[in-house]
This record gives sequence, C-alpha cells and structure tokens, in this order.
Amino acid sequence: MNDAAEYLIEIRDLHYTRGQRAIFTGLNICIPRGQVIAIMGPSGTGKTTLLHLITRQLVPDSGTILVDGVDIATLNQKELYRLRRRFGVLFQNGALLTDLSVFENVAFPLREHTDLPNRLIRHVVLTKLHAVGLRGAADMMPAELSGGMARRVALARAMVMDPDILIYDEPFVGLDPISMGVIVRLVRKMNDVLGVSSILVSHDVQEITAVADRSYLISDGKVAASGSPDELNKASSDLVRQFMHGMADGPVAFHFDAPDYAEQLLGRDAE
Amino acid sequence: MLKDLYRTFLEFLRTFGALQLFFLRLIAYSPAVLVRRFGLVVVQVFNAGALSLVIIMTCGFFVGGVLGLQGYSNLAKFNAEDSVGAFAALSLLKELGPVITALLFAGRAGTALASEIGLMRATEQLSAMEMMAVDPLRRVLVPRFLGAVISMPMLTAIFCVLGLLGAHLVAVDMLGVDSGAFWQQMRSSVESSDVWEGIIKSVVFGIAASLFAVWEGYNAIPTAEGVGRATTRTVVITAVSVLVLDFMITAVAI
Amino acid sequence: MQQTRSIEMGTGLFVLLGMGALFFLTTQITGSNDFSGAKTYKVTAEFDNIGSLKIRAPVSISGVTIGRVKSVSFDKEKLKAIVILEIDSQYDQIPDDSDAAILTSGLLGSQYIGLQAGGSLDSLVDGSEIYYVQDAIVIENLISKYLFSQGSKDKED
Repeated sequence: MNDAAEYLIEIRDLHYTRGQRAIFTGLNICIPRGQVIAIMGPSGTGKTTLLHLITRQLVPDSGTILVDGVDIATLNQKELYRLRRRFGVLFQNGALLTDLSVFENVAFPLREHTDLPNRLIRHVVLTKLHAVGLRGAADMMPAELSGGMARRVALARAMVMDPDILIYDEPFVGLDPISMGVIVRLVRKMNDVLGVSSILVSHDVQEITAVADRSYLISDGKVAASGSPDELNKASSDLVRQFMHGMADGPVAFHFDAPDYAEQLLGRDAE
Repeated sequence: MLKDLYRTFLEFLRTFGALQLFFLRLIAYSPAVLVRRFGLVVVQVFNAGALSLVIIMTCGFFVGGVLGLQGYSNLAKFNAEDSVGAFAALSLLKELGPVITALLFAGRAGTALASEIGLMRATEQLSAMEMMAVDPLRRVLVPRFLGAVISMPMLTAIFCVLGLLGAHLVAVDMLGVDSGAFWQQMRSSVESSDVWEGIIKSVVFGIAASLFAVWEGYNAIPTAEGVGRATTRTVVITAVSVLVLDFMITAVAI
Repeated sequence: MQQTRSIEMGTGLFVLLGMGALFFLTTQITGSNDFSGAKTYKVTAEFDNIGSLKIRAPVSISGVTIGRVKSVSFDKEKLKAIVILEIDSQYDQIPDDSDAAILTSGLLGSQYIGLQAGGSLDSLVDGSEIYYVQDAIVIENLISKYLFSQGSKDKED
C-alpha cells in the first residue's frame, strides 16, 4: 500500500447524477486513518449513494476517489474485490443472509475467501460474536433476531475478515435507545481497540456527537460544513444550526415548492 | 408519439441484449459452480425440484385421468378404444408433459426463486455479498439456475409417468379397456424419438423458466411492490415464452 | 445439521424418482420392436413403386416385426427404388428366395414390408438382395385398372 497517502480515503471534486437529479456537485472529503468520521445530511442528500461510490458499487460521473492513494476507478474486478476485503460494511438493516444461521452469516466471508479448517473458523466466529455480545445467539436464524441484534451480528460479520475500514450505513435507524447505546459503544470500541478507521453515515445528531471525531455535513451535493461535533454545534451557519438542532424551518424549507397558497385555495390556477 | 415508440424499442433492445449477456454469464460460470460448489446446487435442486414434487405428481395424475376419459369417449366412436394408451402417451410425452410441467414450475418454483432473489436485493443482501467481495452471480444466481434446470426434465418425466398411471387407472380399471391392449398399442406407436422430443422440450423450457425467474428476481426494483411485480412478470413471461418455444420446437421436430 | 440431512434425503429421493421416471419412459413406453441397439444385418430390394413407404417402417414376417426400413433411394440407371432393410440378427434363417411385398396395415394405415418365406435352403445374409418383390398397390391405379377391365368387358357383351 502507498504509505505516502496522507489520508486513507480522499474524495476530490465528485460529481454524480442519478436520472435528472444531480446528487453530488463537487464533493470533497478527506478521511484520515484511525478516526471515526461521520457523514451527516438531511434525508435524500445521497449519503448511502456516497458509500456505494466509495466501494465502487456505483461509478461517479467525474472526480476521483482515492483509497490509500490508489484511484479506485482504475481497478479491475479482481483488484476491486481485493480492495473490498479491506472494507467491512454494516448495512442499514444488517443485510444478513436470511437462509443462513447467525453463526454461518458471520462465518460466510471466511468460508468464501479462506480455506481455514472448521475448528479455526468456529474459533474466530465465536470470538467476534462474543465481542458484540451475541455468542449465545449463534444458532438462531436472522428472522428470529430483533433489529438491534441483527445489526450487531452484521457488525460481527463486517469485522470477521479484520478490515482496515468499517463503514456504517445508518446504524441507528429504527433502534430503541438501549440498542442505540450499545451500537454507539461498539462503534467506538471497534475503532479504538482494532485500530480501524470508521465512516459513519447517519442523521442522528446526538449519537454522532457522542461517537464521531469529525463530521461532514452534506447539503445540495457539496460539503456544507465540517469539523468536530462541538465546532458544528457552535457553528453560525443557518443550515448547520437547523440540522444540528432539529429546527423545522430554515434554509431547508418546511414547505415543498408549491404555487402560492392563497391563490391555489381560491382556485385561480384552475382557470 | 413516434419518438416514444422509438424509445420503447430501444429500451426493449437494451433489455433483450442485457438478458442475453446475463444468460451467457450464467452459462459461463456454471461448470465451475457445479464442480466447486456442488452442495449449493443440491440445496437448490431440493428447493426447485423436490418441493415441486407433490403438485407435479397430483397434476400429472389428473391430467392423465382426463386424457383417459377424453381419449376413451372419442376413440370409442371409431371402435378404437384400445388406442387410448397410445393417445395418452403421445399427448403426455410430446406436449402436455413438458408444457404443463413448465407452467406449474413457473408458478411454484419460478415465483419462489424470483421473490427470494428480489427480497435479497431489497434487503441489500446482494449488495452485502458484493461488499464481502463475493460475486452474487456465482454464489446466489448460478446455483439456483442450475438447480432449476436440473429439476425440470425430472419433473417432466415424473409428470408423464404419473399421467400414464392416471390414464391407465381411468381407461383400464374404470372403463374396461384391456390392459394388455393399452400397453401394446402404446408401445407400437411411441417411438424413442417421441420421448426425446419431450425430453428436449423439457430441458429447453427448464432453461427458459429458470432464466426468467433468476433474471426478474435479480433485476427487481428493491421494494415490496417491485418484488411482487417481478414474481408476476416471471409467471407471465415464462408462460408466454414456453408456449412460443413449444411451437418452434414442434415445428422443427415435425 | 438436521436440516441439511433432510434436504439431502429429499433431493436424493427426488433425483431417484426423476431418474426412474426417465428410465421408464425411454425403455418401457417405446416400441419393443426398436432395433437401434440390437445387432442387425442389411438386405436390399428393388421396387418399381414403393407407394408411401417411409424410413423406419416395420419389416415383418408372418405378422411379426423383425426389422425396419433403413433407407429408401432412387437408382438413376435402373430407374427403380432401392430399399435397404435392416433385420434383427436373431432372425438369420430367412430363405433367400423369400418375397417382399409392400403392404398396408388396415384400410388407411401406414405401409410396411411383409416378407413371405420361400423354400430355398440358403438364408438371407448381410448384403444379399431379395429378387421376388411385389410393388405397393396404388389405389388410383387399382381403380383405373378396374374401370378399364369393366369397359372392355362391356364391349365383349
């Protein structure tokens, strides 16, 4: 790997359009090693799309994404798959394989990519499950798990190949406060204990404040603000204030674009 | 208006081409999957074949029974009721066996495949595999495709045998056709080429049904509605293409 | 592991049933008078008119099928139809002066070749020719012959 690269992931001037809609128009993000970086933004700003771009499940219209100084657009399928093994991704709802048990789900990457003997696989899988506190659930099927448990299993699976980069896609959505607390603790612990870098995509301000070293706020296809959570909290920009404090109206208007209210009610536009 | 038509045509052409490429990739990966991941294929033979067994056997039996009844009542007008065995066997082997099995297969196994794969797409399981550097085509689609393709000829054969039993039961045991005459007439009029025609049809239909099921599931819009639509389309497309293919193969065989 | 076991057993049962059914269809349903696998020998016969005799039509003696028509071709020099018969090797004692006739099964059935045993002590072997032949009866010829003979009969009266 290229040690000269200052940042683990560097996104330069990224443009991406889906259909008629421009999602990113000149996005610049740098992700340093060993930190938890949060990417925030109102719903629909393409946070998940960004993750797909970083892992090249989607290809940008223009701009470059460097991972360890290597432009991922130049990789062939084999190199791409080798790169992806360095990523551990936690999907929104866990994305556990429904036809495999919890144990087999966690063992899945090992079985696919290594020829380790069964005993060793068992050892590794149980260790990872223990780390997320679900060793006891090894024989359950994904359908029997609660949302929080499924996400913890998915986290164990994301870690099983010992990745360099852990990516969390909306890890807090739809969880009760206890499960949320558990995930927050796990994100921090994984990052510090395993020395990985973490990218956290979310719009749960409180949790991010608790866990992230640095946050990017994306709006209108660009980075609107960045800095540590405290800096963002104190920021003066209207948009940042609106987002961080959850205000209903502001630069992101409460009302979707519509003709004038009074005129529409009076039925003038029908004429 | 013309422009819309043109665009629809282009879109159709694109989908059609994508389907061909998809099919070629499935075929290209098949040998390796068959050798290295045989266990995965076995599970899919179970899902597509063994789980369809009951419906195939029941339907085969009753279709054969109907052939026995119809054949008897029509052939009896020409004092040729002994030929009911030949009539039933030829109808089953050449047409009804492969076609009805394929239609039932699309309804039972095809929809199951399409919705399973569609759900895997909707719940990001396929993306998750991609991210774990596992090709979902090889890990998920090819085993399912192969399992279905392997199952179809066997299901067709079982359907035909059950159909013959049904025809025998109705014609011989209920309507009093001589059992010896039933089998003798059948044997003297069925050539091995008739059997092969049926087997070839069932293989072709199996490939078509599996391909469409896997394709529709894989390309389903990742929402509950999208998955539902994919399963419906699977049945419709399979049914139409099986009947068209049936006509084409029959035209070539005769 | 219980689940894997039952899947394996179910699959095994299914494949066994499927194979059994395929075997049944390919061996039990088709005509037992199919010689594609058995040993055969070939005999030729020349006809002026073979009617609608087809390849794979049965060859029978005393009503028992012993072989099939292998090929039908037209000899440009002799101006005759050459029919090659394929006869099961177990029937190797058919006299070489037997005659071959193109007959019709039933009133409207398909045509086949019927052999009538002769009295010679020598038997047909691979490559021998049947000299005594009887052409297919073409129904138009038959009718015109009948009408013609009726006409000449009328004149005599």
